[in-house]
Amino acid sequence: MSIQKENYRNVSENPCNMCMPLGGIIAFKGIEGSMTLLHGSQGCATYMRRTISEHYEEPIDVASSSLNEKGTVFGGEDNLKKGLDNVRLLYKPKMIGVLTTCLAETIGEDIGGITGRYLQDRGLTDLPIVNVSTPGYGGSHSEGYWHTIYRIVSSLACDRTSHSKINVIVPHISAADLREIKRMLREMDLDFTLLPDYADTLDAPYSKPYKKIPDGGTKLEDIRRMPGAKATLEIGLTVEDAQSAGKYLETEFGVPLFRVPLPVGIESTDIFFDTLKIISGKAITDEITRERGRLLDGMFDSHKYNFLGRAVIFGEPEQVYAATRLCLENGIHPLIIATGSRSKKLEQLLHLEIAKTNSATHGYDEKFIIMGDTDFAHILEKSKELNVNLAIGHSEGKILTERADIPLVRYGFPIIDRVGGQRMVSAGYQGSLSFLDRLTNTLLENKYRNYRQTMYGKYYSVSAK
Amino acid sequence: MEKGSNPAIEERKDSVQTKGETKMQLKCNTDSVAGCVSQRACVYCGARVVLNPITDAIHLVHGPIGCASYTWDIRGSLTSGADLFRFSFSTDLQEMDVIFGGEKKLTRAIDDLVEKYHPPLIFVYSTCIVGVIGDDLEAVCKEASRKHGIQVIPVQSSGFIGSKSAGYKAACDALMRLIEPPPGEIIEQDKTINYLGEFNLAGELWIIQNYLKEIGIDINVALTGDSRFETLKLASKACLNIVQCAGSMIYTAEQMKERFGIPYMTVSFIGIEDTSESLRRIAQTFLDPEMMHRTEELIQEKTAAIAPEIAFYRSKLQGKKAAIYVGGGFKAISLIKQFRELGIEVVMVGTQTGRQEEYETITDLVKEGTVIMDDTNPSELEKFILEKEADLLVGGVKERPLAYKMGIAFIDHNHDRKHPLSGYAGAVNFAEEVYATVCSPVWKYRSIMTAGEKEEKP
Ligand code: SF4
Repeated sequence: MSIQKENYRNVSENPCNMCMPLGGIIAFKGIEGSMTLLHGSQGCATYMRRTISEHYEEPIDVASSSLNEKGTVFGGEDNLKKGLDNVRLLYKPKMIGVLTTCLAETIGEDIGGITGRYLQDRGLTDLPIVNVSTPGYGGSHSEGYWHTIYRIVSSLACDRTSHSKINVIVPHISAADLREIKRMLREMDLDFTLLPDYADTLDAPYSKPYKKIPDGGTKLEDIRRMPGAKATLEIGLTVEDAQSAGKYLETEFGVPLFRVPLPVGIESTDIFFDTLKIISGKAITDEITRERGRLLDGMFDSHKYNFLGRAVIFGEPEQVYAATRLCLENGIHPLIIATGSRSKKLEQLLHLEIAKTNSATHGYDEKFIIMGDTDFAHILEKSKELNVNLAIGHSEGKILTERADIPLVRYGFPIIDRVGGQRMVSAGYQGSLSFLDRLTNTLLENKYRNYRQTMYGKYYSVSAK
Repeated sequence: MEKGSNPAIEERKDSVQTKGETKMQLKCNTDSVAGCVSQRACVYCGARVVLNPITDAIHLVHGPIGCASYTWDIRGSLTSGADLFRFSFSTDLQEMDVIFGGEKKLTRAIDDLVEKYHPPLIFVYSTCIVGVIGDDLEAVCKEASRKHGIQVIPVQSSGFIGSKSAGYKAACDALMRLIEPPPGEIIEQDKTINYLGEFNLAGELWIIQNYLKEIGIDINVALTGDSRFETLKLASKACLNIVQCAGSMIYTAEQMKERFGIPYMTVSFIGIEDTSESLRRIAQTFLDPEMMHRTEELIQEKTAAIAPEIAFYRSKLQGKKAAIYVGGGFKAISLIKQFRELGIEVVMVGTQTGRQEEYETITDLVKEGTVIMDDTNPSELEKFILEKEADLLVGGVKERPLAYKMGIAFIDHNHDRKHPLSGYAGAVNFAEEVYATVCSPVWKYRSIMTAGEKEEKP
């Protein structure tokens, strides 16, 4: 196993990640009745709305304080306050999330101070404003997402009165995966608070009349009461402690924390249910056991095809980790594992994972390359070098198909050149199987498309000469 | 909900009006109102739109990664040669760079890129924070030009210095630096023309180029669709500039007129009427009866060829009502006419960056009762679509889900489209797209909210 690390480069060529506030917008989308305002120049909000809209096919209304030259020089307090006024007037939100951008951070805006004064000036006592510092240059959208959840919990969760629910904190996954996770929790007869819950807000059913703020999302009251929960299940092994809402609830309120990986693949899904069993003391249902059996059955059916897979995986750390585990347990070789984020945790986890596989009887003899804080110029170069035949990740990876003929199985965010990214299921036993099928079928399609020609080229010409 | 054309926000009142109800001028070309969820992008975006189609240039974004991510290869400009412009380059500024300045990193980035790609031209775009941390872009670019012997042009596009139109202007400034011949060099004028404000989306430039060729006019260079460093350098040899997207390139046309004495005229190749009219007006400037004759023949022939198809679509679409919300004024004007060609009436029309005179034309064109608005937002779009009972909306990516959520048809008229909408060929594509969306069978289910409910009578 080898590790390629790149900590410094002068220029990023074809980025593999987006910026912090985008992740924040998605997190806020999962809170009931919430509206988001970006403190900065108009363009940031527009770009992010556009990208999120394209993936989820939902109207993404995000306000901006539309800072101009004057605001930049003399401070943006007036703009931000006016923005908040207008957001309240137009949307009547139950909560407002205020995210900063590069500009607001660079000019040193004290948003905590401004929003505090705003609430006081307007005499608002029942409108929570959660402000989050998300400088675009401070990290990728993935960090922005976790940090925002942390801020939501640390600003709103206060009621220790104990109750029977558990807190479930989820990484940025498809809306359908959120629904699948909820289904599994219900199947286990658990009462829970899912945070953030954008299953309906970012994949809203068609209904009449149109609602500017769609129904759904985690209830504010439930967030308030998170400290009284029996336990927290935090789905996400790559999240840093300082950004972990689960850790916060544990240290501040003593809520026991259980951290599990995204339930993708048999091992991670086993961990998920095992943990639920421990938390609730309830038995795993027959239905779930049958689902597990079906996954195993499918894995056995397609294992030989999967062995052909030489994969490059890229995206947000948590998804990358999940897809890598799915590959490893099915014989697909994850030759290049890449993320645009800077994640020490991911690196550590991957080391463990690969060491485990190397020592197993079916050990891989290939080298693996882990690339952190990277871009597609590097990913493409390495993919060509290692004869990769399968790409797993978001739409921007289409460059690998275009330039190196590597088929892309779309997974993660954003998926903007195909429909249905928000509806794709990859979690749980059932979701894992459908994810695996997507991978296997891509390998098969490739094989059927090429084998006649390959064999002809390889053998016919030689004997005929 | 408030009635009439009054938006909910006091400050927006002068930016929305209904024809026939008010007489004052529409307020436009101002900053967006904070918190209103404007659909506008930023200065950098405006600059990037204009310059991006230059195919063999390196477009380097000096700033944090997001700005570059969101603009990576999202536009549908096609190339007949180099495709360096489809890559996204960024200095990916970090916290440390923000504190200590990013000039050194920028210099190294340019060095690396020159070594790897040998480009003839590099554009360096400044973003919000670059304007604040005070990097001297001008100096870095000048030094890099000298060192590498290529042109490195700074684009002053810090996000907060204005709206998208400010970005157009920044791009035009950058273009003029490119076009300006080296001191002492004289570029002779010939009989070719330049095509400004045309970005070759889905090959639209090529379509118009073919028409012009047929009538005996050669395009020298388009600004900036499918253009290259070499061809742009010779931009000043044309005898006429035709300007399509006036919002973005009128500055360049003005400057070229002043500097090189090249006259310009605005044109539009959206819709049959505008296409024919534009071809005629261009040909007229050549004062050549033979050419005029060929032009009339071409118009005749092309119009006749598509007439049956257009008639078919018209028969299906007659009487429908459209709402328009697009980037620039010229597009809105052409769309109003184009809808008319299909028997569709426009009931709401707005733009992100329309200019005063364009809004006057729009007001002249539309019927009484039509809502006209500048720099609108989702709340107003929703309100007026409902009030005016529009059957379809024309807009960009952000507006699309709103239309669908409201259960109405939608036309993509943005820069990332994959099918051409210019010229006669484009007119057919457009009609087909309107038909495909308005007459789709899916809409018959929009009123049935649960199984067992009966379909409403239309
Ligand atoms: S990187 Fe910074 S300036 Fe660019 S879009 Fe993100 S927040 Fe805005």
